[in-house]
Parts: sequence; structure tokens; C-alpha cells
Amino acid sequence: MAQVLKEKIAALDKLAPGVFKMTLKSEIIAQTALPGQFVNVKCSEGLNALLRRPISICNVDRDSNTFDIVFQIKGIGTEYLSQKKVGSEVDIIGPLGNPFRVEGEFKKIAVVGGGIGIFPLLNLLKASSAEHKDAFLGFRNKELIVLEEEFTQASDQLFISTDDGSAGHKGLITDLFINEIDKKKYDIVYTCGPTPMIKKVVEIAHKNNIRCQVSLEQRMGCGIGACLVCACKTRLGDEWEYSHVCKDGPVFWSNEVIFD
Amino acid sequence: MNNNVDLSVNIAGLKLKNPVIAASGTFGFGREYAEYMDLNKLGGISVKGLTLKPRQGNKPPRIAETPAGILNSVGLQNPGVEAFIKEEIPFLRQYNLGIIANIAGNTIEDYCEMAEILGDADIDAIELNVSCPNVKAGGIAFGTSCAGISEITKRVKAYCKKPLIVKLTPNVTDIKETAKAAEDSGADAVSLINTILGMAIDIHRRKPILANNMGGLSGPAVKPVAVRMVYEVSKTVKIPVIGMGGITTGEDAIEFLLAGAAAVMVGTANFVNPAACLDVIHGMEAYLRQYHIGCVSEIVGKLELNQ
Ligand SMILES: Cc1cc2nc3c(=O)[nH]c(=O)nc-3n(C[C@H](O)[C@H](O)[C@H](O)COP(=O)(O)OP(=O)(O)OC[C@H]3O[C@@H](n4cnc5c(N)ncnc54)[C@H](O)[C@@H]3O)c2cc1C
Ligand SMILES: Cc1cc2nc3c(=O)[nH]c(=O)nc-3n(C[C@H](O)[C@H](O)[C@H](O)COP(=O)(O)O)c2cc1C
Ligand code: FES
Repeated sequence: MAQVLKEKIAALDKLAPGVFKMTLKSEIIAQTALPGQFVNVKCSEGLNALLRRPISICNVDRDSNTFDIVFQIKGIGTEYLSQKKVGSEVDIIGPLGNPFRVEGEFKKIAVVGGGIGIFPLLNLLKASSAEHKDAFLGFRNKELIVLEEEFTQASDQLFISTDDGSAGHKGLITDLFINEIDKKKYDIVYTCGPTPMIKKVVEIAHKNNIRCQVSLEQRMGCGIGACLVCACKTRLGDEWEYSHVCKDGPVFWSNEVIFD
Repeated sequence: MNNNVDLSVNIAGLKLKNPVIAASGTFGFGREYAEYMDLNKLGGISVKGLTLKPRQGNKPPRIAETPAGILNSVGLQNPGVEAFIKEEIPFLRQYNLGIIANIAGNTIEDYCEMAEILGDADIDAIELNVSCPNVKAGGIAFGTSCAGISEITKRVKAYCKKPLIVKLTPNVTDIKETAKAAEDSGADAVSLINTILGMAIDIHRRKPILANNMGGLSGPAVKPVAVRMVYEVSKTVKIPVIGMGGITTGEDAIEFLLAGAAAVMVGTANFVNPAACLDVIHGMEAYLRQYHIGCVSEIVGKLELNQ
């Protein structure tokens, strides 16, 4: 069950221009968080950047009771967060949200991530006991490639693409994913990132009869399922309804979600 | 020093153990917040705006952060009044708190039917939402004119077995007039303010952030406007006034009481701090102790204007 926590910053490192990794000491998150869950972070003191910011749990260390979040500066909230001092406390609510399904039935798995969407996928790879794990990560350019080492260790094979070709394959990460499908016969693919990428992965997965889970983003208010602002369209029989990313998600089965 | 401060209030027959009510639309039906706080400590809850039939609400994005506030355009997503009665009232009744049904509709007939259906339900008051800026079905058409407020208040009052609170919109030229219209037509109390119509633009996409283009502003940014309106309305009507708009602390709530509010509602602050209502209660208590005031109702309207 999620709680309001005041947790100490154990480390804060710049991984790439505008991208930071924050390690927080937290027994509760480290021991109870499941892959795909997030924390809702109060980035500022006072009334500036009033709302909390949802950030995925990227990594947990059960031995040292710490967890990592990795975030990219987008606006004022993440800017404030990047200026916090090691040793100070951060006000978070977590662990929140519906996690990825990583049970043993899936023997061969793939993760496909783009941009800030790659972060929850690291925790997933580490938690999964699948026999074969491939990671497909897309970045804008070489400079923005982060956590390459960690993903290499957590997967059997790592594929990288950049928009400008400055590292790895030049173009879409889904190109690389398509190439591997026939060889690897994945049981499931997990994806998180920009909506066009997610849509493409879902399309490929459905065409090839691969089960697929997606992690979605939406602007949030409460983060706990009460205010109903974080709506996303999902199937309800032949009809549709609005589900809520913070509570019903962020992880959904691909065939539940309606992208329009 | 006497440590026992009497926080109880009676708002036109709605008896609450303290004057802090969770504001409609920000607290759902209390279920989610029950994980973060003891709902027994709340004065009351005004539940998510109910409509006759379930509603899906507006397209996302439904929220945009603005300086010290937020814009929302949820569009009254709710399970409908029948589901509220069946599923939510029994849940809320496990707790010792006032239950206020916030209702919204397309037509006066919708409102009357809901008041009738709620007539036998175990609630403590009805809050007539004629001020939701986000959907046509939110009653805003009634809430912005005195004639509209008068007619809907009179007709709903006839079906209403519980205290009737009319929730006023700030999106009018003179809120004193709409408040007076509500009082003259039989409202037992008024609550204010609902959100202020606003807009936020993504300059890179050259489009509004909200899918609905416009939305309602709430949070600390609106507080001075809300305090002013509560002051004006409480000077104008004799019925109790419930004040809200940007309350995050006990001190904020005391401002509203001094301006004339008999009770307060806390909305946006719940998003930032799920236990915000409790912090407001504790802060009010501390203020009353500091000034050796035994009973919270003693300070209502005790504002002294500068000469
Ligand atoms: C479930 C979930 C997990 C996420 N995980 C990560 C992560 O691990 N690392 C990371 O860098 N980012 C992550 N994000 C995106 C992150 O929440 C936004 O980048 C961040 O909120 C931007 O805040 P800001 O103040 O810097 O930007 P601003 O543009 O100033 O923010 C203004 C408002 O819009 C909201 N907002 C803006 N962009 C987004 C977005 N993409 N998603 C949701 N709300 C947004 C903000 O929360 C804030 O309320 C995640 C989002 C979600 C929904
Ligand atoms: C997300 C959201 C949803 C709301 N939904 C309703 C509603 O259904 N009915 C209603 O009368 N007011 C609704 N309101 C208005 C609040 O009850 C309150 O009047 C307003 O937010 C001002 O108070 P605050 O600044 O403390 O939030 C909503 C406000 C927000 C932020
Ligand atoms: S953010 Fe409030 S319901 Fe999801």
C-alpha cells in the first residue's frame, strides 16, 4: 500500500545533459515496489510547481534499502528536483500504480523503450526470471544514451537506435524489434515511451501474436485514483470507458487500450 | 489554559464535528483517501459531482498546472446517482462524517429527479452544483443568472428533504446578486467558489494544454478572489456560507471564517498532501488556542475592516 514518505537522498548524479539519477533511501519502496510502479514526487517546497510529478521506479536495491529514479528535465518540477541536495529529504507518495506482469509463464521477453520510457523497463528486466531477455532502447542521439551498462547486464541482448544515427541503428527502435521477432519468438513484449512508438509496438505485437503490455503517461492530479484527471480510453465489451492511468495503470494490456 | 476547543458547527441543520469538508471532485467518494487518513476526523465530504446517468467526462488532458494552481476539465466523470446510493453511501457511512451529495444536470428536471431519488438516501445535505464550468450539463447555464438560480433552487427545494446548499460560480459580474437569488428562493446555505474559468497554452504546439481548451482554475492562486467573494456574500445573505478556494492550511481556513464562512471546503490541496484536511483542522485548532477562543463559531465574520 502506498504511503506518504519523506526519504533521504543518498546520491544524485548527472547521467547525460539534463538527465539525472537520484538514489533515495527507502525501506518501504525498496522492499515493496513492483516493476512498473511509480512514485509521485513533490519537487518543490511551497506553491511553485504545486502538483507532484509522477516518476517511475527505475531500480530497487533490497540489500541497501534504496531505490533509483532517473528523470529528464522537462519543466520547472524536474528542474527543482535536479537541484536538491544529497542528504536532504524528498516528499514522495509510493509505490503507486498497477505493475507489469512478470510471472514465470513468459520465457522469452522483450522490452521496447524510448526516451524517458526506458526507466521502468530496467526494473522489469531485473525482476523477471525469463530465460531470454532482449532490450530495445531508442534515444534521440548518442549524448542522451543512459544506463547502457545497467541494461546490458540486465538483458541477454541490447539493441540501441538513435534518431540521428550518432550511435546504434539510425532510425526507429521498432525497426530493430521487427528484425528479431522471427528468430526470437517472444512470449511477451513490454513497452513504454512516446505514444507513436507504443502504437507501433502494439501493432507489431498484435500482428505477430505476441502478448504485449504498455505503460502509459498522462498528466495527473492526485495520483491515487480520486480526481479522475488522468483518463485514458480502454475497452469495455464492445464499448469503451475512461480508465485512469495512476490507478488502473500505468501498465495495461495492449488489447485493453484504445489509442485515438 | 483550556485545551479543548469546540470545533463543531451547525450549518442550517447540517451538523458537523468540525468545519472542514473535502471539496467535491477532489476527494472522489473518500475511498482512496481512506488509505492516507482517518476519515472519521473529517467534518464532512462533498462527493464527486453526480449526474442522473453515469458520465464518461471530457477527453484528456484534463489538467494543467498554472502558477500556484491548476486548471481542470474533468467534465463530471461519475458513476451516476443510483450507483452512488448503492455503492458509495454504505462505504462512507462506516465513518463518522457528514455526507453531502453534489449534484449536476442538464435540465431542471434532471436536478429535481436526482433530489427526489436522493430523498430517501442516507445523506446529510445536497449541494446543487450550478457552477461547473466544464460541461454544458454542469448547470452553469443556471448558475450565471439570478433568474436561472431562482428557478432551479425553488424547484429542487420542493423535492429536497435535506439541507440544500447552492454552490455558486465566481464567473459572474456580481456574486452578491446570485447569492441573494439563491437565498430568496429557499437555499439553506450557499457554498463558494467553484472554479474560475481559465486557459493555459502550450506555446510550442500553439494549442491549449487542456483537450477541452478551457478549464476551471483552483488552488492557492484563487484564494484572494475567493476570500473577497465569501466576504461580500456573507455580508449580503443571512443563510450560512461555506467558503473555499485555495485553502491549504489552518491559517487559510481562518481567513475564510473571519470573512464570514461558517465552514470551509478543501479541494486542490488534497492532491499535494492527501492529509491536507487534517492539517487544516489542526492549524485551525492551534489558532483558536493561541487566541484563547473556545468555540470556532465565535470567530465567524469577526473581520474588522480598516477604517
Ligand atoms: C507513470 C509515469 C511515469 C513517469 N516516469 C518518468 C521517469 O521515470 N522519468 C522521467 O523523466 N519522466 C517520467 N515521467 C514523466 C514526468 O512525469 C514528466 O516529465 C514531469 O511530470 C514533467 O514535470 P515538469 O515540471 O518538469 O514539466 P512541466 O511541463 O513544467 O509540467 C507541468 C505539468 O504537466 C505535467 N506533465 C508534463 N509532462 C508530463 C508527462 N510526460 N507525463 C505526465 N505528466 C506530465 C507535470 O507533472 C506537471 O503537472 C513519467 C510520467 C508518468 C505518468
Ligand atoms: C479536479 C477537480 C474536480 C472538481 N469537480 C467538481 C465537481 O464535480 N463538483 C463541484 O461542485 N465542484 C468541483 N470542483 C471544484 C471544487 O469543489 C472547488 O470548488 C474548487 O476547486 C475550489 O477549491 P480549491 O481551490 O480548494 O480546490 C472540482 C475541482 C477540481 C480541482
Ligand atoms: S491523477 Fe487523480 S485519478 Fe489519476
